[in-house]
Amino acid sequence: MTYALELNDVSKSFGLVHANKDIDLAVSAGSIHGIIGENGAGKSTLMNIIYGMHRADKGTISFGGKQVDVRSSADAIEHGIGMVHQHFMLVPTFTVLENVMLGSEGGLTLTEGRATALERLTHLSNTYNLQVDPHALVSDLNVGQRQRVEIIKALKGGAKVLILDEPTGVLTPQEADQLFEILKVLRDDGVSVLLITHKLTEIMDITDTVSIMRQGEMVGHRKTAETSPQELAELMVGREVLLEVDHTPASPAEVRFSAKNLGYTNSQGVVELEDINFEVRSGEILGVAGVSGNGQTQLMETLAGMLPLTTGSINVLGTEVTSKDATSPRKIRDLGVGHIPEDRHTHGLILNFEARENMILGFHDTDLAGSGKLFDYGDIQQNCEDKMVHYDVRPSNPRLSAKNFSGGNQQKIVIAREFSANPGVLLVGQPTRGVDVGAIEFIHKQLLELRDAGCAILLVSVELDEVMSLSDRIMVLCDGQNVGIIDADKADRSTLGLMMAGQRNEAAA
Amino acid sequence: MSKPTPPLPRWADILLLPLINLLAALILCGLVIFAIGENPFAALKVMINGAFVYKGALGYTLFYTTSFIFTGLAVAIAFHAMLFNIGAEGQASLGGLGATLVAFSMASIPGIIALPLAIGGAALFGAAWGVVPGYLQAKRGSHIVITTIMFNFIAAALLVWLLAGLMLEPGQFSPQSSLLPEQTWLPKIHEMLAWFGIKTTATPLNASFLIALLASLFFWVLVWRSRLGFEIRTVGQNQEAAHYSGINVARVIIITMAISGAFAGLMAINQIQGVSHKLILGFTAGYGFTGIAVALMGRNHPVGIFLAALLFGALVQGGTELDFEFTVITREMVLLIQGMIILFSGALAYMFNPPLARLIARLTAKEETANG
Repeated sequence: MTYALELNDVSKSFGLVHANKDIDLAVSAGSIHGIIGENGAGKSTLMNIIYGMHRADKGTISFGGKQVDVRSSADAIEHGIGMVHQHFMLVPTFTVLENVMLGSEGGLTLTEGRATALERLTHLSNTYNLQVDPHALVSDLNVGQRQRVEIIKALKGGAKVLILDEPTGVLTPQEADQLFEILKVLRDDGVSVLLITHKLTEIMDITDTVSIMRQGEMVGHRKTAETSPQELAELMVGREVLLEVDHTPASPAEVRFSAKNLGYTNSQGVVELEDINFEVRSGEILGVAGVSGNGQTQLMETLAGMLPLTTGSINVLGTEVTSKDATSPRKIRDLGVGHIPEDRHTHGLILNFEARENMILGFHDTDLAGSGKLFDYGDIQQNCEDKMVHYDVRPSNPRLSAKNFSGGNQQKIVIAREFSANPGVLLVGQPTRGVDVGAIEFIHKQLLELRDAGCAILLVSVELDEVMSLSDRIMVLCDGQNVGIIDADKADRSTLGLMMAGQRNEAAA
Repeated sequence: MSKPTPPLPRWADILLLPLINLLAALILCGLVIFAIGENPFAALKVMINGAFVYKGALGYTLFYTTSFIFTGLAVAIAFHAMLFNIGAEGQASLGGLGATLVAFSMASIPGIIALPLAIGGAALFGAAWGVVPGYLQAKRGSHIVITTIMFNFIAAALLVWLLAGLMLEPGQFSPQSSLLPEQTWLPKIHEMLAWFGIKTTATPLNASFLIALLASLFFWVLVWRSRLGFEIRTVGQNQEAAHYSGINVARVIIITMAISGAFAGLMAINQIQGVSHKLILGFTAGYGFTGIAVALMGRNHPVGIFLAALLFGALVQGGTELDFEFTVITREMVLLIQGMIILFSGALAYMFNPPLARLIARLTAKEETANG
């Protein structure tokens, strides 16, 4: 049998690191094939080899049964490979049409190229349900629409194999569902889709076959129908993994953190948060659910003092901060609030600083950095080493720059720093975004341990499953307003889904 | 797609790369000197002799080095907060004004008080001239590059106005003040050595060289050992993360510009309290701008800044000799050499990085396979 894409014995190393080792892969025409693995397992390197961005050290690549030598992405496109990158490669100030025709502009004037590109674009969007206005500026499109433009770009040369690298990382659940519908249409039309992801649910939902990678090697190929998330997770991590957190009942005590009529209006006068009220008790996790972009980020940042309150007040461990008070992250931190920011690269870490310096970010004024007037790097080093061991940060080298850790370990550095200050109140944003399965399990356990130690935790996450499995109560935000707060044991996906769309729930308190 | 460049080892980044850049600049200058009909090796020999070997040469070289250390530190501290301070020239001018005004007001006060206060005046006025653009950047979002450039012009105009009017030495026609009170003069190094019975050639090198070395030590402690330095570096790397971690970003920007301005202001004591003993129009001689190249070449580290300042000091001093000994090599030729070095170690600082990094990576890989 001939495959649309076949790899035999492909290896690639960078210096002394084997990024890919003896990889075999076979993808049938008209199928969706998943590639799953932890961060750093070598998925992206493998795709870059197929797409001609890297050259394999050894091994062969065949398309449609014919062995080929892919030297560049131009070669790959010619052989019928299209790729949608994790980070979009679009010119925001150009229209959709202009972006699609990039690289095939035609002759001296654009007239002809524009006409053919428009024809092709219309054809593709009709055939595959890829609706997008050809004359809209890319900067005006939302993320889901931009991704469609990328797919059209990848398909315009008549691609037989479409590679998607972590396509749902930036999408809302609804946008992801639409994407999957498109992928199914493509498959039924005979296109082979290679879906790279580390989300098990996506693999189970949409793929026909799946290959699992671990530490640069293929550790298994399965038919999706014949496997289970549990088996896939074990293959990925190399040991047994708890997918569902063991969520013990909470024993909430006194109210530690609350907001009253909280509102935030941004500098353009747009109301981003309105009339938010909630209480978080010692020993409980209040989860915040909502479609991404409905005020979660602003909620976290106003509570953390990074944005000013426009109206209302918050109460932290008995201290009232109202919209009339000047607030700052320093002030909120000094009241005993820890904060795991949603975006660790923008806020949580200084990527060029060593791990040990990141471990004192926000605490450089405390004894953690030395008890005297000046820094004591002996203390800083020791303190960092201890936390790295305790929070299982790998490699446990305090002198390594933050940028050289994997996503999961970067997140563990932030978590180690904020957790070990033993905060009375903790704000947690997207604790497991871009983090691999093994680390997710660890982070969830740590969060529950902190809860049981009496911390009041507010959790924001775009992963609904995460909010549902960790929280004791769930607050749903829609359009910057609190739709309601319900007990986690009464919440299911459909109830929450309706609330996320703005419908108030009877059960909500 | 081109191969990713392997990271350059630290020692190569700090030592080897600047040396290669310097060498490239010298080779190109040598070709130019050859083209105008002189022997480049003879010229190089004269420069080296003129900067280090001739009697008193080293003293002159270190005198210029002192000025470059101060302006280099000024630019570098701002760099650590990712602020591009183009205004060291103006801050140094104001530093001169500060030292002069304080010195004149201390005419009847003993040197033990008057001398340090005059030095403080230089730092304070320089700092004030740095704080205003710092404030405008932090609170109003006015870009520091634009404002510091404009402040250079304001400083220059201010000094012209003062030195041609209020502060003009009576009976003088060139724009300069009268002599400072003698107790505010900084001792020369050869005078200081004479206290210990060591006889050396008289040169303009004065106690501000020692102050520059102390300032370098202070710089190192500030940036890498103090809590403020951590805040400065954090703001420089990522303002959003600095804000998140509770650092008052605006305050750090203003303080950094104050420190930067103070370093630049101190450059004035080398010229005014050290040598000329009066405020002369244009005493900064563009050294504030050279400070940018010094900081770039010195990788914003005091040791690097010292070495780069020494190089530029040697260029000024050796260049004077070159101009003196060769008829075809003029003052402009010396500027060309300086320009080449600034070009290669500043603007093109990382040009040789990729090939060098690949070469080192290949050599070390070979070594490892040989060992293993």
